[in-house]
Amino acid sequence: MEKMSGGDLLLRALKDEGVELLFGYPGGAALHIYDAIYRQTDVRHILVRHEQAATHAADGYARVTGKVGSVLVTSGPGATNAITGIATAYMDSIPMVVISGQVPSSKIGEDAFQETDMMGVSRPIVKHSFMIQDPSEIPTVIRKAYYLAASGRPGPVVVDIPKDMTDPNNLYDYVFPEKVSIRSYTPNVKGHGGQIRKAATALLEAKKPVVYVGGGAIAAKGPELVTQLVQQLNVPITSTLMGLGAYPSSDKQFIGMLGMHGTYEANTAMHKSDLILAVGARFDDRVTNALDKFCPEAKIIHIDIDPASISKTIAAHIPIVGSVESVLTDLIKAVGQSKLSLDQDALQAWWDTINEWREKHGLYTKNRFDTSTDMIKPQEVVQAVHKVTQGKALVSTDVGQHQMFAAQYYLFDRPRHWITSGGLGTMGFGIPAAMGAQFADPEATVVCFTGEGSVQMCIQELSTCTQYKLPIKIININNQALGMVRQWQDMNYESRYAETLYEDSLPDFVKLAEAYGHVGIKVTKREELYEKLEECFAMKDRLVFMDIYVDQNEHVYPMQIPLQSVGDMMLSKTERTS
Amino acid sequence: MNKRIISILMENDPGALSRVVGLFSQRGYNIESLNVAPTEDETISRLTLTTIGNDQKIEQITKNLNKIIDVIKLIELSESAYVERELMMIKVKAVGSLREEIKRSVDIFRGQIIDVTPNIYTIQLVGDNEKLTAFIRAVGEAVVLEVVRTGISGISRGDKVLSL
Repeated sequence: MEKMSGGDLLLRALKDEGVELLFGYPGGAALHIYDAIYRQTDVRHILVRHEQAATHAADGYARVTGKVGSVLVTSGPGATNAITGIATAYMDSIPMVVISGQVPSSKIGEDAFQETDMMGVSRPIVKHSFMIQDPSEIPTVIRKAYYLAASGRPGPVVVDIPKDMTDPNNLYDYVFPEKVSIRSYTPNVKGHGGQIRKAATALLEAKKPVVYVGGGAIAAKGPELVTQLVQQLNVPITSTLMGLGAYPSSDKQFIGMLGMHGTYEANTAMHKSDLILAVGARFDDRVTNALDKFCPEAKIIHIDIDPASISKTIAAHIPIVGSVESVLTDLIKAVGQSKLSLDQDALQAWWDTINEWREKHGLYTKNRFDTSTDMIKPQEVVQAVHKVTQGKALVSTDVGQHQMFAAQYYLFDRPRHWITSGGLGTMGFGIPAAMGAQFADPEATVVCFTGEGSVQMCIQELSTCTQYKLPIKIININNQALGMVRQWQDMNYESRYAETLYEDSLPDFVKLAEAYGHVGIKVTKREELYEKLEECFAMKDRLVFMDIYVDQNEHVYPMQIPLQSVGDMMLSKTERTS
Repeated sequence: MNKRIISILMENDPGALSRVVGLFSQRGYNIESLNVAPTEDETISRLTLTTIGNDQKIEQITKNLNKIIDVIKLIELSESAYVERELMMIKVKAVGSLREEIKRSVDIFRGQIIDVTPNIYTIQLVGDNEKLTAFIRAVGEAVVLEVVRTGISGISRGDKVLSL
């Protein structure tokens, strides 16, 4: 049997686990591990410029590939800097393993240099965490960590490794367990047969059904099965922010995103529906609006792998715990075997009503924003990028108005192309997540929609992009204000712009991009928008930073009215649903 | 809204308890009492937790507890017939005529005096939560110097067993 140090055990275990990329940043407590990295070639380490970016990059990689993202940081500040990215992954159920260095076990608790209780600090935002107590257990713990991160409802797992556990002077046998089992952990994957038959009956008896998919529908064969079921029944489908791409957005049965900035037709259809089939969605507050006014006539079927997500905010009439893949497979079968069939007249009437809503206030039947002004509108930018990239790009975003415009106007026809921080809403996510996406698919066109606010939260990663020659395209929708906050200030605070303006302190983004060795292009006029974007995307092997000045006064609509139903929205600055 | 008792079998590992307790503060649930000790299998701890909530809340609590990787199995004890016990040690001032009276109360409540000084009795009492509270009221709060309660432990009645 091969003898090796803890550091080598770790790297070997990562290799055997199939890890290709490790996003990280070195430091004292992780030095033995970094030396082990130097001595091997199987696992490629990507040096970021800030640990937050390591977690977001691993997250972007995970969202695009469906594999577990891997992160390595040092103790203390390295570990705490990773926290925002871990919380981001936790909220969006992204599989990730974060390995953190720790001070030597003999010094734990002594307030040693760069000591932080990483197990304690990360506890509420991880699926599970391990601290290595004995170097020989490293391969088993790594196997368990990846198993936990990827199975059931995915999520981040922390492995904290005290420095003495990777001491190069102490050698151990390498034993990589073929399978691991955890006696307390049996992710429930198969749905209850009786419940599934009940769901099929309810679905087929419905007159005004809506399928509502979330991030859980992206997993495994989810998108395929969702599409099959929805098209077989010819029913309308809406998606959460996280579920975009599970069903082709440009298909006529897709009625748009729902929720706070969902389409009129999606939110109204939900509110008026008599049956909601929720697939891998969690009825969060950005979807439901006021819980007591939520979809009063709807019977709710809720499919989720996490029982704690079911009936948490909205009680389900037919709860089904199981993986989307297995439950939908069984549901499609049950629908096929049922003696019932959808009332086609009722369904036609339902579609007629939905199409009227679409015509009246839909985002895609005609432009709902005013293009007669001089300033470029942010919506136009997203539409233009969609056109230039033929809707095929991997798209990451930061957080704010640009994120909502991207969700509304970049119509996603494929899963795993939409990389956004939905649950936590993490500004600074965009660039590093785009890096992770580009590493996941080096040939792909990767777009990062951002704003001049968000982009400055992880701008240092432009340097990482230089080092690894990542040709991502940054679309900075620059409205010279913290747009979403400003919108709320317009709507609820009589336009008192408390700390949402920069007083002429913004950097020259073109020069900044150039300083890092990239290309910067500034756009201020509508006439030059397409042309400059064409120019940008023609530079296949360069990072291009597009600084596009847009109308500061534009708001994101529709917008749900707080404390009201799903269907109560502002449709513009002056129009409200009745 | 009433008292609910949840019995949990969990890994006897460092960090397991903090994950359980952390869940309650994280999700805004309330812990009335909690006690924990290893079982006959030293890799497993048994934890008894008392909380307050309606059915919907208790369902969420048990679902979220089940999600914790260290939690192996749990039941809501108060869902069916069960026996609960709590141990209390109480130090009371006992001088003059009060000494005899307190002794009588201890006998009535079937407690034991486990330590004595000329001015103080230390009393041990086992029973359900209400009985212990009733005893404190019976001896009069004025003379109570110190109260130590273990929190509720419980076990199902009849054939029902919580084990692996």
